[in-house]
Amino acid sequence: MKRLLWIAGTIGALLLLQWGATALLLDGPIRQGPYYYQIIILAGINIVLAVSLNLTNGIAGQFSIGHAGFFAVGAYMAASVSYYGGPAIRGAVSFLPLVGQDTVVLILALAAAALATALAGLLVGIPSLRLRGDYLAIVTLGFGEIIRVLILNIDAVGGARGFSGIPKLSNFFWVYLLVAAVIATVWNLVRSSYGRAFQAIRENEIAAQAMGVDVTRHKVLAFVISSMFAGMAGCLFGHYTMYLHTNSFTFVKSFEIIIMIAIGGLGSIEGAVLGAVLLTVLPEAFRGFEGYRMIVYSLAVILIMIYRPQGILGQVSVIKRVRAHFITKKAAREAATKAASSAAKMPVKAEGA
Amino acid sequence: MLTLKNISTRYGAIKALTDVSLEVEKGAVATLIGANGAGKSTTLRSIMGLCQPYEGEVLFEGKKINGIPTHRIAAMGIALVPEGRAVFANLTVLENLELGGYLQRDHGKLKRDIEHVYEVFPRLKERLAQMAGTLSGGEQQMLAIGRALMAHPRLLLLDEPSLGLAPLMVHAIFEAIDRINKEGTTVLLVEQNANLALKRSQKAYVLETGRIIMQGSSAELANDPRVKEAYLGD
Repeated sequence: MKRLLWIAGTIGALLLLQWGATALLLDGPIRQGPYYYQIIILAGINIVLAVSLNLTNGIAGQFSIGHAGFFAVGAYMAASVSYYGGPAIRGAVSFLPLVGQDTVVLILALAAAALATALAGLLVGIPSLRLRGDYLAIVTLGFGEIIRVLILNIDAVGGARGFSGIPKLSNFFWVYLLVAAVIATVWNLVRSSYGRAFQAIRENEIAAQAMGVDVTRHKVLAFVISSMFAGMAGCLFGHYTMYLHTNSFTFVKSFEIIIMIAIGGLGSIEGAVLGAVLLTVLPEAFRGFEGYRMIVYSLAVILIMIYRPQGILGQVSVIKRVRAHFITKKAAREAATKAASSAAKMPVKAEGA
Repeated sequence: MLTLKNISTRYGAIKALTDVSLEVEKGAVATLIGANGAGKSTTLRSIMGLCQPYEGEVLFEGKKINGIPTHRIAAMGIALVPEGRAVFANLTVLENLELGGYLQRDHGKLKRDIEHVYEVFPRLKERLAQMAGTLSGGEQQMLAIGRALMAHPRLLLLDEPSLGLAPLMVHAIFEAIDRINKEGTTVLLVEQNANLALKRSQKAYVLETGRIIMQGSSAELANDPRVKEAYLGD
């Protein structure tokens, strides 16, 4: 019951947020032009990528550097579904209005992207996560590049020319719905027994095992969920830009996502969101520096890492810190009342004696 | 309760244990003493399935457990307090304890178990919202033991609980171990501090370069001239 209320509350809050943000944006950046709108969309996609990668790298402590690979798998898979399967799907649901048809196509493309990337995550994760250490980093780096080169050579998805002609089905609503979904999922996961197991694995694998945590299973689970969201982000990215090229999915993109979570604070969801927004907006904000833009941007990143190596928000969630503060206070209060009540009992005892 | 039958374990090409046999009776405190690198920790790791003996058998309550993955062994009722404590440094004391009860799905029971740990180690209750990494060494050891207790183990494996602690803290830890044992948990204690370990246990094994070289009641071994010379510093 409590859980149900929670879910209902979350959905309600999200809808309200959605509505508020849309209302705000419609009067603001969207009216002002597509430039700001695009930045907001890209920020949303980056938030999904950062929060999902944070589940593997920050919360479960497994270092993956191939997130762009899963992003690419999702993007190309979804684009293929709507490009090649789109007409057939529309035909099957022709009784719906055009908007409804769009929605069906996009949902099917999203599902295909999620499925394909979850499967890819499983295939990459199972062999590399059974081992302890840096294997995941090496394997995921390789995977990302292999996927990129593979796509580059598949003519059906455009190869080196890029994949064009993807219908524009994604928009602010879908992107931020996915943002809400990934945040809600990771948020709830961290507070569940799964999340505790992830954190235990990050802190100490041996102790986690000795406590009864199936380490491999949990590592793979975190990795698969993380990959799946990257794939769904890819779907919305492709259906927003309407054109895909493998240049958007090089390992540089993977590192960009890692920098986002490192800057925000590894392991903190709020940090991942902040990092993603910062790293989307900063390069744009520095456009005024013309040619020096990338230098200023890099400098900003380096300075943050020097003066705040744990990330802007640190490893621990802000909300957790606030909660810890209240728990300590409550315990102190309890101890105080206990002391007071035992002090009150003392004279009674003395009288009795 | 726990029987090791002629187990041998190696790390790569290096043999760490040769033909080790030992027995821990239900309700007892048994101890394994020996110098650095004698194979004490490896013995515990072999029991817990963290490394696999290539020869011999580990029997827990009559069942063969070598070859079973560690997390399943934990579920069977063995808990390990790893060497160097291995608390989850970036989690709070409370979260560490909750993780200790990872296999406990009943929320009410979990809460009662946490209260029990606070009873054994009142110090932990004062620190419950603190990050485990910021605790003192002794408090971390308390937390590591408390975390292990959360799983209601029938057999508790303790790896060097006195390591690096102040004498007063060592005393407190061993008092707690006594209490845990009296509440019905069988204990296998690995210690470098042989003096203390022999005082607090009934049965003892002496390990040297991966072999058991002596065994007997703790009182006997404490008076054995060879043990006295090599381990008790007389």
